[in-house]
Amino acid sequence: MPYKSVVLVKQVPDTKNISGDVMTPEGTINRTALPTVFNPEDLNALEMALQVRDREGGEVIVLTMGPPAAADILRDSLFRGADRVILLSDRRFAGADTLATSYALACAIRTLERSFGPVDLVFAGRQAIDGDTAQVGPQTAEKLGIPQITYAEAIVKLEGPSIVVQRALDHGTELVKCSLPCLLTVVGSANEPRPASVRRRIEYKLAATKLEYKGLLAKWPAFGGEEALDAYLVERGLGIAVWSAADIGAEEEKLGLAGSPTQVYKVNFVVLESADSREIQPTPEGIASLVQELVREYIVG
Amino acid sequence: MSDTRNVWVFVEQDEGRIAEVSLELVAKGRELADELGSELWALLCGDGVEALATALIERGADRVLLAEAPELALYRTLPYARVITRLVTEKGPYILLFGASPVGRDLAPRVASAVRSGLTADCTDLQIGDFESKKDAVVYKDLLLQIRPAFGGNLIATIVNPKRRPQMATVREGVMRVRDAEKGRKGRVERVECSFEPGDLALEILSRELRESTVRLKDSPVIVSGGAGVATEEEFQLVRDLANALGGEVGASRAAVDSGLIGKEHQVGQTGTTVRPRLYIAAGISGAIQHRAGMAESNKIIAINTDPDAPIFQIAHYKIVGDLKEVIPLMIDALREKAK
Repeated sequence: MPYKSVVLVKQVPDTKNISGDVMTPEGTINRTALPTVFNPEDLNALEMALQVRDREGGEVIVLTMGPPAAADILRDSLFRGADRVILLSDRRFAGADTLATSYALACAIRTLERSFGPVDLVFAGRQAIDGDTAQVGPQTAEKLGIPQITYAEAIVKLEGPSIVVQRALDHGTELVKCSLPCLLTVVGSANEPRPASVRRRIEYKLAATKLEYKGLLAKWPAFGGEEALDAYLVERGLGIAVWSAADIGAEEEKLGLAGSPTQVYKVNFVVLESADSREIQPTPEGIASLVQELVREYIVG
Repeated sequence: MSDTRNVWVFVEQDEGRIAEVSLELVAKGRELADELGSELWALLCGDGVEALATALIERGADRVLLAEAPELALYRTLPYARVITRLVTEKGPYILLFGASPVGRDLAPRVASAVRSGLTADCTDLQIGDFESKKDAVVYKDLLLQIRPAFGGNLIATIVNPKRRPQMATVREGVMRVRDAEKGRKGRVERVECSFEPGDLALEILSRELRESTVRLKDSPVIVSGGAGVATEEEFQLVRDLANALGGEVGASRAAVDSGLIGKEHQVGQTGTTVRPRLYIAAGISGAIQHRAGMAESNKIIAINTDPDAPIFQIAHYKIVGDLKEVIPLMIDALREKAK
């Protein structure tokens, strides 16, 4: 039976390669100073959704909220097999904490249900590597009024309006059965995300949002103007939809900074230094005296 | 909501055993309540768990809100969220804390979203303090300062939630100290009403396979950890041998876990376990912030590394610049010598 899935994805700074001025003086994140990647566990979520579609039929819609550059991970999603992608981008979304983010995502999912029909499954990565909060998935499920299955590792059974999922917890696994629609947050051990397909990479290479037209025209002046470019892309199914706060019918006071209860009070760079430090020679004598000292000070019993 | 300044702690229990992180939170919650001059309430949900209330009072709770129903026997998001959301809305706590366990990280965001309050994940410290908002031109008094590593552990951020209540946070296991039980301490147990809507029972637990972890990193007084510099099975055996010789536990950095030399349950660090043993020996660990965040508070740290500039040396009490293949056998020999 075909299922309609939405996958929530995020473009994140590559926290493994951080340097320099990542925080602005206002305490927000200077995202432009950082290389970005597709949040790793969101790729596992996308893969799980694609597997459902490949087996059961249906559709995979990928949704992200972010700046115009977040279109990169939407193109990547198309390359990997997504049927449709949507970018939520609007200044009014900026500075959102997890609560305001989940509100915008829930509004967007309701909006896309109006256009494309009811959604059966919402997938998200367990957590994003820039914040590691794991909050947006459950918060979005609550806003949609649907159950959540966090730490999803495998879909064991999907039959009619019911799903059986294996959850990976710290100290074991749990098998749960739930009615649809529901939201799953997917862990990294769930699967091996498929790479971009060469054929799709060629097919969707030009896919773009309107926010990117200026840049494209600079590269390809032959198109003449935004209108001609738009007509060209839309005709070929290469236009990536951009939705604003107004498009998703969101109340402005629940969005962005205004809709975010939490604030960054201050940020400190981590400086960990030991007060007293001694160098021990890697010789039998050096090590022996170290061990004696540890014994004398009751550190080693 | 009422304007009490009470501190609430969600108590996680599984089959009648209180989770360690909940006892840690009760201890921290007691401190925060004392500082605010308010009460500490423990939120205990389950089926047939009343007997646990005494333990919570002895550890510092002034009141235990006891929610008992068959639907709450095993943790499930929706029935738990229903009960807690209703209580929060009725009674208006000032602060609400959860352990950053799989249960807490599943439940807290659901509740925060329902009551539309802020939530900070994975805090490593909580304090009471004032926050001056330039934007609002107001000083918010006695807020919960929610302190957590950010950006993969490269930064420590202090987060506040000035306007919405409750101020909510999940707190990492192992970073707060448990308080001793005070026999005969007085408190009140208040049984609360539980009712559910049909949709709350949409999810059913079919089976659980729990494996009792044999790794006791958190409680071990001595931990010997291996990192990226431990390249082979034989070298990792040296790490195990030293841990054995010291009667300690084996730890690892993420690099060692990723290389497959040791299981993830041994991982120390921001995404692993937070430890503070009496002695921590880091062998072949460069000391990425990710790792240091999980062990920097150890009483004594010995670092062994061939690279004299490895960041781990910045926090080590004893620096040994050398090859662990030579240094560890020397240490084991010296320990044997001592035992004679």
